[in-house]
Amino acid sequence: MLIIAVSLLSAFTILLAGWINRKSCCFITIATITFQFIFSIFILRHVLTVGTIHYWLGGWRPPWGIEYVVDTLNAFVLVVILFLSLLVAIYSKRNVEQEIETRKLPTFYSLFQLLVTGLCGITVTGDMFNLYVFLEIASLTAYALIAVAGRRALKASYNYLIMGSLGACFYMIGVGYLYSVTGTLNMGDLRILLPPLYANRAVQAAFVFFVIGVSIKAYVFPLHTWQPDAYTYAPSTVSALIASTMSKVMIYALIRLIYSVFTLDFILSYIGLDMAICWVAAMAIIAGSIFAITQRNLKRMLAYSSVSQIGYIILGVGLSPLSVWGLYGAVAHILNHAVMKGCLFLAAGAFIHKEGLLDIRDFEGLGKKMPYASAAFTIAAISMIGIPPAAGFASKLFLILASLEASQYPFVAILLLSTLLNLVYFWRVIDRMYFVGHEEATDGGESEGSLPLSMIVPMLILAALCIILGIFWLTELPLPLFHEILSDLGVSGGVTL
Amino acid sequence: MELMTPLFAILCPAIAAPLILLSKRHPNVREGWTLLASIATFSFVLSMAPKIVGGEVIECFFFQTIFENIYFGFKVDAFGLIFAITSSSLWILVSLYSIGYMRALNEHAQTRFYFYFAWAIFGAIGVALSANLLTFYVFFEILTVSTYPLVIHDQSPEAISAGHKYFAYLLTGGCFFLFAIMMTYYLTGTTDLIPGGIAALGSASRTILIVMFFCFLLAFMKAAWMPFHSWLPTAMIAPTPVSALLHAVAVVKAGVFGIVRIVCYVYGVDLMHELGLWLVLAGIAAFTMLVGSFFAIAQDNLKRRLAYSTISQLSYIILGAAFLTSNGIKGAMLHIPFHGFMKITLFMCAGAIMVATGKKNISEMAGIGKQIPVTMLAFSITALGMCGIPPVCGFISKIYLCFGAWTLDRYGLIFLAVILISSLLDVIYFFPIIYTAFFRELPKGERSGTGEGKIKEAPIFMVVPLTITAIFSIIFFIHPNTLFIFDLVKTAIVDLGFGGI
Repeated sequence: MLIIAVSLLSAFTILLAGWINRKSCCFITIATITFQFIFSIFILRHVLTVGTIHYWLGGWRPPWGIEYVVDTLNAFVLVVILFLSLLVAIYSKRNVEQEIETRKLPTFYSLFQLLVTGLCGITVTGDMFNLYVFLEIASLTAYALIAVAGRRALKASYNYLIMGSLGACFYMIGVGYLYSVTGTLNMGDLRILLPPLYANRAVQAAFVFFVIGVSIKAYVFPLHTWQPDAYTYAPSTVSALIASTMSKVMIYALIRLIYSVFTLDFILSYIGLDMAICWVAAMAIIAGSIFAITQRNLKRMLAYSSVSQIGYIILGVGLSPLSVWGLYGAVAHILNHAVMKGCLFLAAGAFIHKEGLLDIRDFEGLGKKMPYASAAFTIAAISMIGIPPAAGFASKLFLILASLEASQYPFVAILLLSTLLNLVYFWRVIDRMYFVGHEEATDGGESEGSLPLSMIVPMLILAALCIILGIFWLTELPLPLFHEILSDLGVSGGVTL
Repeated sequence: MELMTPLFAILCPAIAAPLILLSKRHPNVREGWTLLASIATFSFVLSMAPKIVGGEVIECFFFQTIFENIYFGFKVDAFGLIFAITSSSLWILVSLYSIGYMRALNEHAQTRFYFYFAWAIFGAIGVALSANLLTFYVFFEILTVSTYPLVIHDQSPEAISAGHKYFAYLLTGGCFFLFAIMMTYYLTGTTDLIPGGIAALGSASRTILIVMFFCFLLAFMKAAWMPFHSWLPTAMIAPTPVSALLHAVAVVKAGVFGIVRIVCYVYGVDLMHELGLWLVLAGIAAFTMLVGSFFAIAQDNLKRRLAYSTISQLSYIILGAAFLTSNGIKGAMLHIPFHGFMKITLFMCAGAIMVATGKKNISEMAGIGKQIPVTMLAFSITALGMCGIPPVCGFISKIYLCFGAWTLDRYGLIFLAVILISSLLDVIYFFPIIYTAFFRELPKGERSGTGEGKIKEAPIFMVVPLTITAIFSIIFFIHPNTLFIFDLVKTAIVDLGFGGI
């Protein structure tokens, strides 16, 4: 597919261009991603109006050649990834100049571009092995990007490397099992070939390996241990990019595996499997929030908050066999969380960029010193808490309705409890920024002028999106999108019990 | 054009808020926006009244939500309009008052104050006009969040911990509310507020209905019913205009407004009777009335005493609704604006006393009636009204509540006794203030104040609004239909299916 090719090519172009002119790298990245983004919107339109796109790589027919399949869900995730990457790329220009040596810039941007390539690849592919290849591309670049920041990041990156490779191995073993049983790796074929083999132990084992492998990458609790360190010590730009896009893509892979490869019949044929997923998610939601409360480092707090928010999405996935609202909630939250967390990490990056502040206790009076970044942070935080009419509210609403429809009342309580926990750890920051201490002393000191526009604008766009999306999800506009996704995934609208 | 009136009404504060922020360097312009917006809001709200009294319902829907059968939008009915009129009319007066108060005390962060004040009004009007529970919830939460910066205006550690307490209570309540709303939607497929209740709710199981009702009650911790009241006295640390409008009118009234909505417009009178929930609600209200009054007697800080008085008075409204009789609900609905006007006068007086004399405690107030006669006169009039003594409007709402209790089949006498005892307690905690102010001599040290040290009335911006509200408290007694209040109540009662009066 064109997107991948362009992206891959430009990654190498950047490296080459870097030899000639260090400044050009960033612009090439931005230009490429802009192009990809515009293209992905066309794809989404096409998919919504015409139908699924199939593309046979090299013209080989599916069982032998690699097939790219784009349906509504992919297209949607693709738009999310590329939009976030674009904003982060714009933001990165000034921020990276400060955090990373100029010498490393070309490498940085080519890695950046490769990561985006890998993520897009995972999204569009319709082949299990090809997914693995892109998974590795994305992961390896992510290890490198995290390590760019220096010493402590190296250790974090190393942890991530080990855990990540373990996850990839698990995934690969799953692929091997499936291939040995069915003789194909094409998702569409697997979907047709697998049903008679559901009782086969190898298939069952493969499923478990897949879920664990992808869960490690998506830092589903309790497999999240690599993630807080990685997010904390990585350059802010990288944290923002990985936090908002990479985990989403992994979740996408999980949804794809569950729905398109194994189908719901498989899940439902094992009593309690969907509930097990839900309970893991519930644990993630609560544990992530509680860990977040204990953190003093802002980025670390955000990292744990991500663990908790991923739980929301997984909960939606787990509830989806019982209620369509579960899937709605999961899909909505993929976008919402990408936007909110992106915004929060960009704001956190801005605080570091200008004031060098990491510890929440030092945030006093920040609201006056950096009004735009603080405002963006506040809006995104309010959205995370789920106060209407912000975006987080809509996801929460869908998930609550899903739990009710599934008659799983404990999850309603967990979602609401998590709201309060989110409130505790985010409000602490907001309080510090705006209200604690009398800031007359620092009044009128520095102006925000020193925060470059290229950093402010992406943050403000994301913050505005938090509100706009919140209203968007509440209207009936996203319904066609949801219906398309449901029909693509083979769930015939309505409850499938 | 008519259809859009609710939209215009709510847009005024929303437009004013950014304008206030933009003109932060020009205090006069900034306050100008506030006043302009408040007057505009009030005129829009009031302009709907004749139509509503005529029996029409103004509907204004923005979009169909993703949930089937739920439209995001407004439906103006008589009861909602009563609340909207109360809060929008008082916003004008409190804006005037806060100009005087904030400038006299030279408070910091005044722009922030006016900014969030406008958003709080936005939330309150939205709550009043909402067509269904989902819309209600959205504005309810906006109201909660936008008042936080007002509560902690001082930014002292105590103020911030008060703010945390405020949030802990109200947002927890919000969680229960959300659960109850989604439950309602799940059970009935609708969240519309329908006079007489959602019919489909009757077929749900009794246990679920009872659990849901308690969730709804917990949702309205804003109504400060005991034992979930303690955020209110704590939040009194806010500047007086905030206490006046938000904790006497908008926030707590949104709470009781919500309870009446749930009782009469979601569960409906029949269902409440059938489940026996009215007795539970009435019991809670009676308990709060009495205990709140006892707490009030024990307070020396004037604002805290007023806060406990608010807690007690709010339960009159809950009690009236719990009676489920025409007179009881009428009394409850009348008490919303009447208590609003009276309590706001008392709070504004408390603020004026503080600005003029610097005194916060009742025990220090000996003889101030001579120093600031206008303020104390207004205070005395409305305090009498609170106790239910004519010729002040509190008498009317209380008499209806008494009628409501009298016509009950069971326990009527008990509740009648509770109302009377509570009124007596009101006298006990208000009378000493009046007595101290007018009939006790000034302490010796202060009597010889000459020239500069002499204590005068508070600034004109503060005294005028409180005089106006005090006068209104009397006008409401003489002519209860001022601002269409009485007609609206009658319309609301007819809507609820009680027939004429």
